[in-house]
Amino acid sequence: MKINIQKYFYGDFGVEDSAGINDLKSTTTKETAWPLWEIFIRSKQGLDHKHAGSLHAADAAMAIENARDVYTRRQEGVSLWVVESKHIHASNPDDAAAMYEPANDKVYRHPTFYDIPDEVGHM
Amino acid sequence: MQLHDLEKAFQDKIDNEIKIEPKDWMPDAYRKTNVRQISQHAHSEIVGMLPEGNWISRAPSLKRKAILIAKVQDEAGHGLYLYSAAETLGTGRDQMIDDLHSGKAKYSSIFNYPTLTWADMGAVGWLVDGAAILNQVMLCRTSYGPYARANVRICKEESFHQRQGFESLMVLSNGTAEQKAMCQDAIDRWWWPSLMMFGPKDSESTNNDQSMKWKIKRKTNDELRQQFIDMAVQQVKVLGMTLPDADLKWNEERGHYDFGEINWDEFWNVVKGNGQCNKQRLEARKNAHTEGAWVREAATAYANKKAAKQLRKVA
Ligand SMILES: [Fe+2]
Ligand SMILES: [Fe+2]
Repeated sequence: MKINIQKYFYGDFGVEDSAGINDLKSTTTKETAWPLWEIFIRSKQGLDHKHAGSLHAADAAMAIENARDVYTRRQEGVSLWVVESKHIHASNPDDAAAMYEPANDKVYRHPTFYDIPDEVGHM
Repeated sequence: MQLHDLEKAFQDKIDNEIKIEPKDWMPDAYRKTNVRQISQHAHSEIVGMLPEGNWISRAPSLKRKAILIAKVQDEAGHGLYLYSAAETLGTGRDQMIDDLHSGKAKYSSIFNYPTLTWADMGAVGWLVDGAAILNQVMLCRTSYGPYARANVRICKEESFHQRQGFESLMVLSNGTAEQKAMCQDAIDRWWWPSLMMFGPKDSESTNNDQSMKWKIKRKTNDELRQQFIDMAVQQVKVLGMTLPDADLKWNEERGHYDFGEINWDEFWNVVKGNGQCNKQRLEARKNAHTEGAWVREAATAYANKKAAKQLRKVA
């Protein structure tokens, strides 16, 4: 596939050499670097913690401090969870069909499947 | 699945407005284009702190100083949201920083212009953040999920940036003759570079516009630039100031303002590294990184020591 990338879009200001995208190698962060943490924020009492983003920090205490500065400068939350990213296990997107599609034909799992006369009132 | 089947399934998703997420299959070039665009967007936020940082210690009042600090801190946050989004594509943070420092990765050329007077803080907020907002609003709908979400968060914070800049210019425009002149001078200097922020004319670009097809970008450079100009022409009237373009004229037929020719030689010259502040900006970033190295190392050493202590306690 021949790809012709248009340079100098906003946020895409080109590369020094014309070879461009071909030499951008995938790397993982060095061992010595601070690990990555996933940040979860409870926006107010009574609501679930929700994933907000991630950041690097040396340890959990620093991750919480940094998350406070990065993600809650405008009272976005009342509680923070930080989890080191390597501890998150995810389902495989290739399995999405096998995992979630069987739910598709089980309409009887939804309340609207059942016809109840109006005089029963709210049910 | 064959490669072309994967590519077709990928493009189908994009055509159906289904976002691409980190673990989904994607063409190599899509990944690389996103890494480049997102990381360079991040670099722009980080380098973008420098021209404004220049005025924090000299802001004319405590109120303006607090506002400026808050804005610059937001830009650091924007950089972090974006670096994190780029990292989901498998490129390490240190790699991206290295590329910035080596000059391989670029950042927006607008930040290679100097901030000469206090009025520049107003003009930067109004025009530079204003131009960035148009791009970032568009990028809220970009096809790569983490990049789109980062932009949603950014946009929530940006409107304060533009409004504080405009308001600060309003104060100057109601001030003394010197303050008015300073306000006009800042607008005159920042107007054209702001228009250049949207990149070269569409006619200069390749026809096979892969980034549009992949919906990484959803509006062309010229469309965004025109949108910006049409808005600014109205806004400058509120300031009682003028834009430095004699050719600005309403075009009934197009339903847009016509405008004068942009100095593209200047644009490419700054892109190539010959702007007024290119060297200074990169030096400042490199120094900050080198001088901060001991802090990063100390924090790592402290974390390791604490973890070891914890382990001994358990044992
Ligand atoms: Fe920003
Ligand atoms: Fe901003």
